[in-house]
Amino acid sequence: MTTCETHRTIEGIWTVESAKIIAGVARIVQDVSIAEDLSQEALVIALEKWPESGIPEKPGAWLMTVAKRRAIDLLRRNKLRDQKYVEISRNIESKMKYDYDSIDEEINDDLLRLIFTTCHSVLSRESRVALTLKLLCGLKTVEIAQAFLVSESTIAQRIVRAKRTLSASKVTIEVPDGPELLRRLSSVLEVIYLMFNEGYVATGGENWIRPTLCYEAIRLGRILAEVLPGEPEVHGLLALMEIQASRFKARIGTSGEPILLMDQNRALWDSLLIHRGFSALKRIEQIGGSYGPYSLQASIAACHARARTASETDWQGISALYDALVQVAPSPIVELNRAVAISMAYGPASGLVIVDALEDDPFLKNYHLLPVVRGDLLVKLGRNEEACAEFKRAASFTQNKQERTFLLKRATDCVKI
Amino acid sequence: MLFMLIVKASQNSEGGNLPSPELNEAMSKYNEELVKAGVRVAAKGLYPSSNGIRISFPKPGEKPVVTDGPFTETKELIAGFILIDVKSREEAIEWAMRMPDPQGLGEGQIELRQVIEDPIMFAREAAKLRKKSEKEKL
Repeated sequence: MTTCETHRTIEGIWTVESAKIIAGVARIVQDVSIAEDLSQEALVIALEKWPESGIPEKPGAWLMTVAKRRAIDLLRRNKLRDQKYVEISRNIESKMKYDYDSIDEEINDDLLRLIFTTCHSVLSRESRVALTLKLLCGLKTVEIAQAFLVSESTIAQRIVRAKRTLSASKVTIEVPDGPELLRRLSSVLEVIYLMFNEGYVATGGENWIRPTLCYEAIRLGRILAEVLPGEPEVHGLLALMEIQASRFKARIGTSGEPILLMDQNRALWDSLLIHRGFSALKRIEQIGGSYGPYSLQASIAACHARARTASETDWQGISALYDALVQVAPSPIVELNRAVAISMAYGPASGLVIVDALEDDPFLKNYHLLPVVRGDLLVKLGRNEEACAEFKRAASFTQNKQERTFLLKRATDCVKI
Repeated sequence: MLFMLIVKASQNSEGGNLPSPELNEAMSKYNEELVKAGVRVAAKGLYPSSNGIRISFPKPGEKPVVTDGPFTETKELIAGFILIDVKSREEAIEWAMRMPDPQGLGEGQIELRQVIEDPIMFAREAAKLRKKSEKEKL
């Protein structure tokens, strides 16, 4: 193998192993920043050594061992004041063999600890997302910057500040338990879903990196479903993302215009992802869990996925799910979606009542989808003039050029008739 | 990106023999590892080609011809596949390298093929490959 080939192989190995290694080291040093540095050092050593010595039998275990040894050296060099750390390091060393399998469970726990740390609520939402992408997904700073359309230095600073906040707040790298677990888990799920949505809203074309956010989010979701199999909302979120991702290709037209769910060519939906979404939902049933906000949204997405044509959609089922969703996660946006479902199940007038009640909601002020929905319902009720005004209002609220064009076209369409 | 790891058939698999318990265990461990890493999308083994059917179109415009298995060219046949969703070509190779020898007896072979997911990406890749083969011709 040439040096160049070896480096490419190491790149592949690093993609597979980096999060596990950072997570393993973080447990020892109790600091994500140091853990990242030490893991990087192990990678550098591999890049130097392996082209000559060849790639070891178990490269992941090799990297983990080197990084952990460095961690222990560091703890010793720092002249541990705390007897506890001495014991921790002794413990780790005695267990540390080149055998990866026996510590499999431990790796899962380490990953879980790391994600609970990068998604800790002492950090701002955007910092949580950036730090998670960096440490758990192995994205480079420049890639994260491109994905969020900001400069590389902005992201670099955000990450540095996040790491500092974690150290300053003395956040322990641990998996919380009891009610604390549920509370902190919701922050983890929120970060993953934010990541997914950030990638999903991008219409593609100009920016290729953004859809990778969807991919990273789904991958984290899949990992989380394996390490926390007993948590229904973990499966709920995964199901939601898998089913939404199944519509990736169908939701954008040839010239980049958005295509509404009901107008999408369902043959373009990815049946493999839909199938995976259904399996994730089935796991909630199997563990007998209760349906939280993600599970309910996933169930709604599943209703759409089950309908072979738009006209076969089970709107009454969807309305019932929205009724439940409004109970567990009340929000004006959910209420707006419920209005749409109810209008489809029981007629536009029933939906309009709910929408009108939302008109003065401060949260929906300037939210372009409120007038879009209202416009839709008014068209169905034959009130075209009013509908035209709503679409124009909606167009003035959106920043997205394509969406604006689309809305203005709808405005002129409804007075044409 | 999606990659299909195609496991080629062997005389043993074509003979309808089940894999040894050791191989079975190694394979299920490997599978578990893929699932835990969040990369496995699907994985299936196939019945031998004696169970297979082939539809061919020897005369364009005419009815296709149906042929029942088994088919003889063992090396060209497949015994199963694993579909993985990964970040890069390098990662796909790394995962494939970790698969246990699926057949033993020197017959094991895994072929990696990237799945076309985006028509624009496909056009780009195809253009790249065309250029490469043109260069090789020169």
